[in-house]
Amino acid sequence: MFDNIALLGMAPLLNVQLLLDGLLIGAIFALAAYGLALVWGVMNVKNLAQGDFVIMGGYIAVVLANNGIHPILGLPLAAVVMFIFGWIMYRTIIRRVVERDMFTSLLATFGIAIVLAQSLNLAFGPDVQVAKSGFETMSMFGGNVTISQAKLIAFVLAAILATGLVLFMKNSRMGQAIRATAQDARAAKVMGIDTDRVYAFTFALNAAICGAAGVLIAMVWVIQPFFGITHSIRSFVIVTAAGFGNLPGVIIAGLGLGGLEQFSGFILGAEFQQATVVGTLIAVLLWRQIQQRRHRQVVE
Amino acid sequence: MSMSFNKLLLHAGVLLVGVAAPFVFPAYTSQIAMMWLMVVFAMTWDLQGGQMGYNSLGNIFFFGIGMYICTIVQISMFVDLGDYTAHSGSARLDLTLTQFLTGLGVGLIVAAIGAMLLAVVFGWIVFGLRGPYFAIGTLGVAIAAGELIGTWDLVGGGGGISLPPFPGEADGTLFYYFMMLGLAIATFLFLRWLYTTSFLLAINAIRDDEEKAEGMGIQTKRYKTVSWSISAFFLGISGGLFGNMIGFVEPLEVAFPTITFGIFMVLMALLGGKGTLWGPIIGAILFHVIKEVTWTYLLGWQWVTLGALIVINVVFFQQGIVGWMQDKWPEKFGIEVDDPDAAEKETA
Repeated sequence: MFDNIALLGMAPLLNVQLLLDGLLIGAIFALAAYGLALVWGVMNVKNLAQGDFVIMGGYIAVVLANNGIHPILGLPLAAVVMFIFGWIMYRTIIRRVVERDMFTSLLATFGIAIVLAQSLNLAFGPDVQVAKSGFETMSMFGGNVTISQAKLIAFVLAAILATGLVLFMKNSRMGQAIRATAQDARAAKVMGIDTDRVYAFTFALNAAICGAAGVLIAMVWVIQPFFGITHSIRSFVIVTAAGFGNLPGVIIAGLGLGGLEQFSGFILGAEFQQATVVGTLIAVLLWRQIQQRRHRQVVE
Repeated sequence: MSMSFNKLLLHAGVLLVGVAAPFVFPAYTSQIAMMWLMVVFAMTWDLQGGQMGYNSLGNIFFFGIGMYICTIVQISMFVDLGDYTAHSGSARLDLTLTQFLTGLGVGLIVAAIGAMLLAVVFGWIVFGLRGPYFAIGTLGVAIAAGELIGTWDLVGGGGGISLPPFPGEADGTLFYYFMMLGLAIATFLFLRWLYTTSFLLAINAIRDDEEKAEGMGIQTKRYKTVSWSISAFFLGISGGLFGNMIGFVEPLEVAFPTITFGIFMVLMALLGGKGTLWGPIIGAILFHVIKEVTWTYLLGWQWVTLGALIVINVVFFQQGIVGWMQDKWPEKFGIEVDDPDAAEKETA
């Protein structure tokens, strides 16, 4: 472990490589986390199936890629499919947990997560898969730092999608209705907003965002039916660290988590990857708690 | 609390079924032992989730940690642990019956106390968290523990570690069965007593409104920590026993099965009716039967079925069986079922 740290000190370009890889993948994490923040903030539903939606989007891309459709063309298709899927999920299950306590939504979505992960496992088997994009790898600094074009393109696409979402939320009629509902659902209802429809749209939009993120993940990384839970925890880490409704925070936390994972993967070894994500979660929760301690007093 | 004749009959009946089961169905002894383990899981989870309103997704942590502590004690009492794990596969630790029982006894005691101490330590960390943060935080602790122990070579890392086999000709199935049954009964008796004390009122107050409870002078943090330590105590013992029953300890599937046993706990308590004495027990037994049947007849689809069961249970039937019965026949309830506490309390 210390050898690896020393190595980073000796070869500064290695830091650049790790940071670059981390930031490029972190943008996709941020995208999925933004979806979670949306659902959390608007509907007060903590979606533990978030990561499985991502993986589902990834598998759609894999299937399309195997049939000769390039992942970038598959992205809108996956988003549409996931949008419909999210809408159905809302109509059948999520609708019934929106008004209930927080743990209900957590556990119900956890059940959905298990069903999705296991169904994907039955359909595609437990092997890791990629959506072949056929992009080249570029070199910088005389070949010491490499960037795969796929990652760069995924980063750009994630940025475009995020920008599009922000504009949509700001300017469109539905975006305004979503923000109004998030602020005060009852008042929004009084003003004539069909909150049930807003919730359905929000959840479906989140699924579509996840689907898009999943396509990008499948393009630049690997997917496997049971990787969903790690992606869910990543989204939770990012949203908890940033706070919902704080888009710049989500982006920074997403990029930061991506970078952190790359460095810990290099320093500690790949087997610590999940432990890093979970460890970050615990650290973030602890930090929040210390923050809150200033506002609360407990009987001692 | 005085026992009515009906109640006594019910207790005696359950006890009789428990003792007779391995002799009537000898082929299913391990499965029924597992059922008692599930009963312990559900009851100890309900102490937080049902009665205190703190929905932990990481109680399995104490199960796994108890299993590892017990294993380490059992082995290092007789041989050097590092040597033993380094030669795993070829090394087999044969003990006499006295040695084995001493090792197991000491191991279980240390496991129980160790798990309790860790509950105090982690309680200090996680009990400042509320609602979903608490659930996610505890889930994180359990997942992290499994991942970290998997990289610790002294205890065999991800490859796991074998336990000394049960001495003699018998394979110990019956022995572990009665240990599990005994543990389930001990947990039940302890919680039944605990639920007659003011402790129950305090943790119910925390569930209903923690701020108000604090305002009334209840030392909420202390109650929460004690409640978690109690669960940890019984879970630590159950982990030690389960490790021996399986004969092999491994971090992800056996010791910290967060998304299987860790979630089963929650599901069983919800299915039976959380916040009641008998709810988790009924839920655990019913769930275990359903699980064994689906594992046998729906092989491949069992996990999908299980996930669907969670969704249906949580979304459509959250009050659980006992909760539903309380709603349906509130006046009959105290007479029909041995649970006056639950009838008075009403469903949450």
